[in-house]
Amino acid sequence: MIFKMKKIITIIAIAFIFGACGEKKENKTSENSNELTGTIKIDGSSTVFPVSEAVAEEFRTAQPKVKVTIGVSGTGGGFKKFSRGETNISNASRPIKDKEKKACEENSIKYLELEVAYDGLAVLVNPANDWVDSFTVEELKKIWEPAAQGKIMKWNQIRPEWPNEEIHLFGPGVASGTYDYFTEAIVGKSGSSRGDFTASEDDHVLVQGIAGDKYSLGFFGLAYYAENKDKLTLIGVHNGTEIVKPSLETVKNGTYTPLSRPLFIYVNSTSVTSSEVVEFVNFYIDNAGELSKDVGYIPLPDEKYKSQKDSFKTFVESNK
Amino acid sequence: MRKIKELIIEKSLFSSALITIAITVGIVSVLAVETIRFFSEVSIIDFFTDTQWTPLFTEKHFGILPLLSGTLITSFIAIAVALPIGLSISIYLSEYAPKSFRKTVKPLLELLAAVPTVVYGFFALIVVTPFLQQIYPNLSGFNSLSAGIVMGIMIIPYVSSLSEDALHAVPKSLREASFGMGATKLQTAFKVMVPAASSGIIVSIILAISRAIGETMIVAIAAGQQPRLTLDPTVPIETITAYIVQVSLGDVQHGSLEYRTIFAAGITLFVFTFLLNTLSYRIRKKYQEKYE
Repeated sequence: MIFKMKKIITIIAIAFIFGACGEKKENKTSENSNELTGTIKIDGSSTVFPVSEAVAEEFRTAQPKVKVTIGVSGTGGGFKKFSRGETNISNASRPIKDKEKKACEENSIKYLELEVAYDGLAVLVNPANDWVDSFTVEELKKIWEPAAQGKIMKWNQIRPEWPNEEIHLFGPGVASGTYDYFTEAIVGKSGSSRGDFTASEDDHVLVQGIAGDKYSLGFFGLAYYAENKDKLTLIGVHNGTEIVKPSLETVKNGTYTPLSRPLFIYVNSTSVTSSEVVEFVNFYIDNAGELSKDVGYIPLPDEKYKSQKDSFKTFVESNK
Repeated sequence: MRKIKELIIEKSLFSSALITIAITVGIVSVLAVETIRFFSEVSIIDFFTDTQWTPLFTEKHFGILPLLSGTLITSFIAIAVALPIGLSISIYLSEYAPKSFRKTVKPLLELLAAVPTVVYGFFALIVVTPFLQQIYPNLSGFNSLSAGIVMGIMIIPYVSSLSEDALHAVPKSLREASFGMGATKLQTAFKVMVPAASSGIIVSIILAISRAIGETMIVAIAAGQQPRLTLDPTVPIETITAYIVQVSLGDVQHGSLEYRTIFAAGITLFVFTFLLNTLSYRIRKKYQEKYE
């Protein structure tokens, strides 16, 4: 009996201590009246994910009570949820398609498209490679299309003056957005390429592979090249009128085509009635330039961020 | 009371044995079920005769041969490295080395097997490959040669330690008889001791092969990820194990055909190691009592 009593007392004491703690905390937070609460749901492209993730992380320090969840269903999967009203914001590595627009209309969801950064792909060879100075899109297609599998195996099959040596290919794995994008831009159909190359989701593996092999050729996100400039040689791609190497300028001014693209977020009209979403999107536009550079993308020109902030403002006003 | 205690102990011992067997049966049946499903969609003839393995891409080919050749070539290189070195070490330790030396060196050698394989993998990729490239500049950054060599280093203790045990177990009388006939140390070692311990040595080699075939991290890191039917050790290849790692780490949808390929690849691997283990068990059993 005594034992039981003791136990109860201990429990009460513990409960009291915890209760006291809880109260204290609440007192502290209520002092800050500016704080927002709620949950923001984001889903969509895995390519845009790093930017949104970085923004969400920074946002957490500004508004610790707002929960931001970010999924990676891919651009298409993200729009599916977005059109059903399940998410507030959709990450997208391409503009919304007509089919998806229709789905949004059916559920009477209005939205605003915002560009947040540029993504560029780099085509790379080993520094010891002294014969390649540029590629045309057709040449890249000839190397990477499904029909090349087991057939285009040597450098001189692409241009006769290139060496009669086996070509070793490196590229991101089929699960990555980079692979989808490259195949769409080069081969013409997303997710369609030859299968006999070293495919890895890990960019380090690709860097190691290309850097260690004189007869290698590979591609991956431009951001990753910036970190490995000394180990790899960047190759320019013919955009139809001239040979262009990817850089901040050529991606920004749109001459590095077809291997650069804008990245988007989409915000729906019902979400902007809640102040935490408005706050988050404004925060996103303000910080996307800096943060996209951090995660390896290319920021938009400053004026573009400004004009988008204005259009978001009118979008919020019109949906109040 | 005592009887009950005994009974409990007996049953718990029995159940731990049962659990191991149940787990094995479970693994095999999961492998088998998924493999049967896989072969309901892919012809088994294609599986063994097609020379391309590209299940994740547009042009789907399901020929296991490129993966199998990758596994066999890395294992072959590994054995080619481990067998002469391991056997020399074991003969030296059992026939020539002083007892105290043997006592200190043997555990040190076994330490080689205790190094995490991921460390070996990076050792192959960033030390051995660049070194080999100085000798042979056309060597790819990923290749089966350096992965195989490093794997060979890893399995040296399997060969040396087990062979040494086998040599050690040969009755002293044989060695003494050989010396008595006027044989030199070298003759005794190679003409008497090694043949007498041959069953143990063969078992050690088979276990080392089976370890090499199942090795994953080293080849996944250093040998590349490109299935290719070739015997050229200088180009990137992919082994069965590396393929399984690649697919299970990527986001292939569960239950899809692409996902089932890893079970088909897995069972191929399992059949190989199972056969090798059975063979070593048979050999051990057959020759075990020869000198007792």
